[in-house]
Parts: sequence; structure tokens; C-alpha cells
Amino acid sequence: MSVLHEIFNFSDYGALLVLVRNSLIAGAALGVVGGLISVFVMARDLPFAVHGISELSFAGASAALLLGVNVVAGSIVGSLIAATVIGVLGVRARDRNSVIGVLMPFGLGLGVLFLSLYHGRAANKFGLLTGQIVAVDTPQMSWLIGTSVVVLVALAVMWRPLMFASLDPDVAAARGVPVRALSAVFMIVLGLAVALSVQIVGALLVLALVCVPAAAAMRVTASPRLLPLLSVLFAVASMLGGTLLALGSAIPISPYVTTLSFLIYLACRGIGAVRLRRGWSRRPGLAAAPARAYSTP
Amino acid sequence: MAVRSLNAVRTDADPVISLRDAALAYGDRVLWSGLDLDVRPGELLAVLGPNGSGKTSLLRVLLGMHPLTTGTRRLDGGNAAIGYVPQQRAIDAHAPMRARDFVRLGIDGHRWGPPLFGGRAVRARVDAALADVHATAYADIPVGLLSGGEQQRVRVAQALAADPRVLLCDEPLLSLDPHHQRAISALMDDVRNRRGTAVVFVTHEINPVIDYVDRVLYLAGGRFRAGAVDEVMRSEVLTELYGSPVEVVRAGGRLVVVGGGEAGPAHCADEEAPA
Repeated sequence: MSVLHEIFNFSDYGALLVLVRNSLIAGAALGVVGGLISVFVMARDLPFAVHGISELSFAGASAALLLGVNVVAGSIVGSLIAATVIGVLGVRARDRNSVIGVLMPFGLGLGVLFLSLYHGRAANKFGLLTGQIVAVDTPQMSWLIGTSVVVLVALAVMWRPLMFASLDPDVAAARGVPVRALSAVFMIVLGLAVALSVQIVGALLVLALVCVPAAAAMRVTASPRLLPLLSVLFAVASMLGGTLLALGSAIPISPYVTTLSFLIYLACRGIGAVRLRRGWSRRPGLAAAPARAYSTP
Repeated sequence: MAVRSLNAVRTDADPVISLRDAALAYGDRVLWSGLDLDVRPGELLAVLGPNGSGKTSLLRVLLGMHPLTTGTRRLDGGNAAIGYVPQQRAIDAHAPMRARDFVRLGIDGHRWGPPLFGGRAVRARVDAALADVHATAYADIPVGLLSGGEQQRVRVAQALAADPRVLLCDEPLLSLDPHHQRAISALMDDVRNRRGTAVVFVTHEINPVIDYVDRVLYLAGGRFRAGAVDEVMRSEVLTELYGSPVEVVRAGGRLVVVGGGEAGPAHCADEEAPA
């Protein structure tokens, strides 16, 4: 009972709610960013890159913590360095994975080094890896919102050519889409989004926000309009839901957020499986034809 | 030989795409040189040759994605006039698009910013392109769940949706079964007949398209020969191109190319591979 009470505690809920107003706003902004960027993380097969970037983002944030400068800025610098290295050295998927595999432990090691040298509040240290408890202060808030706006504007401008380049790079290039430049710009935008997420859910759990929402949505829709909408909905729901559930406890918000997003994914996978069995790929007028299995398109 | 739609070629019209005295070389290795090429509206040109003869490079030159070493390329209407059908390659099963969205990429996929205007008109063009390739039945199915032949039709629809003046196809029949090879070939023929689109078709198998081809450009051994099928696909012509004995045999409306030695047409084995 006491463990359960530690995980879910809703006493003085109203008073606490006022305190986390900032966190809720930040969570919603992050949900929108994560939901949209995860569409391209999935379309471009970049989940592993996200993980690699988040480790270097963690190193940057811990360096900033040690030096006593703005942690969000440190995290953004770390992210951008990682995104640039992965973007430049890892054009092909194989190269990319090995570059990330090399970069990731180095970033994590650097982060551990900086944190060991840091003698401030222990909660700050832990928070960078596994997420904040609740508090987002006002200067952090303006960084978070500002970076979110940059990411959202960049995505709105390049959405269509980026989707074209992600799904069909040869034809996109033939039609005049600057495929390579878009790829580089996207890595930078992704770096910013990851740096944002590290602040709230922590470096180890970024994928819950920057990969899972679209992975879930893709199971239930292939409509290019519905997909980003659902993905944003899932991300915002798990961010806000996680924050509200975590409120009364002394546990960071990340386990709540990751569990919610995992449950959403499971539900979507279930719905998707049923839909496939009933014949997602059934042609009208050929109702008797058996549905094709997902694995053999 | 079966019916040939020679009347589809608008010989009086200006060429859609031309090369003049064009050469392509990688370092010392000259793939081809002195190439003059005019493709006219409604013409179907097959580009043939063994691997490494510069077929795909020629297509990339025509696409404007690769510069010529010497010579000039002229394209009537700029790159917007080009439709491109790449080699058949499976589209990711989880690609977040239905067939109709994939076709739409051909119309506005290269545009920046959110799509604000013209949704209805774009939709009508997508529907028309899907109907042209007889793909309406699976317009709303996720493109990654379609079969290889269906995906290739959708690719053709995507290329046609922009209403190109020339359709450049890179081995569009590769890895398709004979049934779908025939279907896609017939589709190309239909398109150039009805729309007057010029079609350049890179292939190492002439047989699926032999009934529709107006002209052949055969690249081999740093040389080339262009002309009607009967002028180019002859033992003495290919022997000269390859510099080693090659025999062209006709059997039941099909061509069998039998090469001599290692320098011979490596592609003949593919042409005769049982279906």
C-alpha cells in the first residue's frame, strides 16, 4: 500500500496544480514538438540517432551544470554537435548506425564525468538522465518555448519536401528537392527537439516522446493529415497525463510519461492488427480477396 | 512483330529533349561520346546495353542530375517537364501514405510551406492520374501494403500527375513478373498515345517493350547505335559494338541475343531467363 501511495498521491492536489502551471505548458509544447518530429523520425528511420543525440545532449547539459551556465543552452549545444556529426558522417544508414554507436557511449561517459565533478543538488544530476520532478522555472521556460517555436516553424516550412525526400529520395531529387541539404537541416531541427525533451523526460527516455507517438499513430492510419494529428494527440496526452499523475509523488514524471506512451502504442498496435486482419488493403469490389499480411507487401 | 503504333510519334513536332555532341567520361573511361539524340512527343525510345555501359548515367544526364563531360542538353520546359519512374524498389511497408498521397507528391511534394490552396484541383489531378494507370481501386490503401506491380503503377501515376512532357524510366520492369512487365509496358504505350508524352525507357530487356518501341539506342563498349529495332538489333551491328561475335536470333516475335566471350552482352542471360 505504501509503495502505491508513493506512486500515486493526490492529496493537496489543487494547491500543487498551481505550482506546476509552467510544467504543464512546457509539457504541452513539448508534446506538440515531439508528436510532429516523431513523424519524420519514423519516416526516416532515425530512432537510434535520436538516442545518440540525446546522450550528447546530456553531456552538454551536465557540462553546463558544472560550469554554472544555462543548462538548456548546454543541452542544445551538445545536441547540435551530435546532430552535425551524425549528419555529416552518417549519410548512409549503415555508416550512421556505427557513427552513433561510437558517439553514444562517449557522450554518456562525458556526461558522467561532468556530473561526478559537480557538487550541487543531486536532484539536478539525476534529472538530466531520467527527467525532472515537476519544476520548470521561468528562464528555462522561455528557452523551451522559444526553441519549440523555432522547431515548429522549420517543420511547417519544409514538411512536404522533407516527406518527399524521406520516402522517395531519388524521385524527390529529380523533382528538384534539395535532398542532402534537407537532410542536414532536419538533423539540426531534430537536435533542437531532442535537447528540449531531455529537459523534461531526461536523456534516457527521450524516445518516449520523439519516436513512440508517431510509431503508435502509424499503426492506425496512413493518412498524411491524420498521422501528425494523432501523433501530437498521443504525445500531448502522455506528457500532460504523466505530469498530472506524477504531481503528488516524489517520483520524476518520466515513468508516468513513458508508461502512458507505451500503453498508447500497445492499444494502437492492437487496433492496427485487427484492421489488417479485417483487410486494410482490401480493394473495393474484391471483398472476397484475403487481406495481405503486413510483412509481405 | 505485332502492331506498332508508329503514328503516335509526332515527327513534325520539336523534340522535347535533345543532346548534341554529348559525351560522358569518368576520368579516362569514356562511356559514350559524339551522341546526338532527339526525343519527340509521343516517341518511345528504349535505351539498351550491358551493365556499366552508361545507361543509367545517360538517364541522370537527361534528368539534369549529372553534368555532361562535353556537349549540350536541351530540355523543352525545364525540369518541371520531366516525370521520373525509378527502378522498382519496394516502398517501406510502414510508409505513412496512401497510394493517392504518394501520387500527390508528384504534383506538390517539392513545394515549401503548408499546402494552403488548391486542394480540390490537386485531388482531381490525383484521381485522374490514378485512373490513367487503372489504380483507382487501391487509391486509399497504404502504399507500403501494395504489391510490387501495383507500387510500380502508382509510381507511374506519380510521374504522370505532374503532366510531364517526357517520362524518364530507369529499368521500370526490373524485378516485376512477366504479367506486370506487360502491363506496365502497355501502360507506357497508352500514355504516349493519348497524351503525346515522350518516353525514354532504360532497360536491359527489350522483349517486354518490343511491340511498342519506336527507336532503340544501344550503348556498348564506349560506342552506341541508334535506330529502329530492326536496324539496331542485328548480329552485325551488335558484333561491331561489342567488338566480339554476337548473334541476334528472332523467335516468335522475341529477340534472343547470344554473346561471345566475356566482352559480350552479359544481359542476354537475363533476357532468356525463364519466366
